[in-house]
Amino acid sequence: MRKKLQSTTSKLWALAAIALLLIVWQAACSSGLISKFMLPSPVDVGKAFVGDFGLLMDNLRVTLAEAFLGLAIGVGLGFGMAALMDRFDWLYQALYPLLVLTQTIPTVAIAPLLVLWFGYEMTPKVILIVIVTFFPITVGLLNGFRSADKDTMNLLRSMGADRLQIFRYVKLPGSLSYFFSGLRISVSYAVVGAVISEWLGGFNGLGVYMTKVKKAFSFDKMFAVIFLISAISLLLMWLVEVLQKRCMPWEEKK
Amino acid sequence: MSELVVAGVSKSFDGKEIIRDINLHLEHGELVSLLGASGGGKTTLFNVISGLSRPDQGSVLLEGEEITGQPGRVSYMLQRDLLLPYRTIEDNVALPLLLKGEKKKAARIKVGSHFAEFGLEGKQKKYPHQLSGGMRQRAALLRTYLFSEKVALLDEPFSALDTLTKSAIHQWYLNIMEQIQLSTLFVTHDIDEAVYLSDRIYLLNGNPGTITDEILIREKKPRREEFRLSQEFLEYKKEILSRLKLSDQ
Repeated sequence: MRKKLQSTTSKLWALAAIALLLIVWQAACSSGLISKFMLPSPVDVGKAFVGDFGLLMDNLRVTLAEAFLGLAIGVGLGFGMAALMDRFDWLYQALYPLLVLTQTIPTVAIAPLLVLWFGYEMTPKVILIVIVTFFPITVGLLNGFRSADKDTMNLLRSMGADRLQIFRYVKLPGSLSYFFSGLRISVSYAVVGAVISEWLGGFNGLGVYMTKVKKAFSFDKMFAVIFLISAISLLLMWLVEVLQKRCMPWEEKK
Repeated sequence: MSELVVAGVSKSFDGKEIIRDINLHLEHGELVSLLGASGGGKTTLFNVISGLSRPDQGSVLLEGEEITGQPGRVSYMLQRDLLLPYRTIEDNVALPLLLKGEKKKAARIKVGSHFAEFGLEGKQKKYPHQLSGGMRQRAALLRTYLFSEKVALLDEPFSALDTLTKSAIHQWYLNIMEQIQLSTLFVTHDIDEAVYLSDRIYLLNGNPGTITDEILIREKKPRREEFRLSQEFLEYKKEILSRLKLSDQ
């Protein structure tokens, strides 16, 4: 009971801080301290959001489709990689540095290349999202697999368990929390990755919408879409948390 | 025929001999302890018996059949209960059956029939962290038993429990062994525990570890709690202490 109360009050503080920020922002704009062309007021942003709502949703659908497809492939790839690298140590030795290397390539730099190679449709976007999302999953799962308890694995071996059974009963369930921390990162990467890849070439999506309103200097619409992207990322991260609680009921009862 | 025989087993790691020429046998329904200091090669011996590692020399026989280096024939239980935190108690206990390829439903039913016997009634759907240390050890024991009904290898299974829980679980263990006709090979460094529980005690001494003595505990079973405080008990303790000390020199 007390715990619940505490978490609500801590949330209250956060909400109060956000509200204060919005009020100061609105006051600065209405008083003419900051010109409307430089920074739209929160009310203007809200109006832009409502006015363009249909258009925003159409573009959001495209962006989310890319993000989900890329994320699904990224998670699948990450899982497969982690499982193989855990099974074959030489593969781990060979691939791990390469994996780290892929993460040092700036997304903004390869996105135009991907567009040149794969066109303006969905393919280059999905590929980019796969590149940014598989890494947290692979690293998270690998850590999980490698931290499996030696005594437990020996016990199962003494009961005649083969490699696959040890993987299924010990390594996999023991890595779930690692997997979900990776997934939480990957989900936000997926949305941001989709938007970035749309900036650099495409027909629809929030990134395309963003470049259009930027060229028209509609800063209010620009902010509206930024907030929408943030909100979507938060929502997805929250969904991951719900999923985690569903998949790990034993943590609930602690 | 002996339930379990270990014949002439030696094992080295990295050129260092850990155990040398170990010979022991375990009869049906017997509880035999292996008593020795920590790090004396008891765990190495258990890994050989359970088939996790192959001995350099010697063999292991289960009811006359050679099982040297074959995991999956006898299982063991450690001081840590090693229950999987993400499985309910019944699913933890059913694990050996699932590993043998039984269906989940059938395994649960089979497992459920033993819960009362092991003092775990009503705990089927609980997770390990929701149970006390003694209950967790009993669950781990049930898992070991469901894996192999003949021989249990126990490696200091009760040493992490407090004194009261420990003495209760000793009493309980002797009873359950009687009921289910289990033979037990028991590793411990606690002399009191060894004397109270065992029919025979092997003393494991030296470096590399060898069996230096075999001591028969003649006290009849079922044993009463008072045995712990009796003169005979003290005599056994004295004898073991002197022999452990003698071979230390």
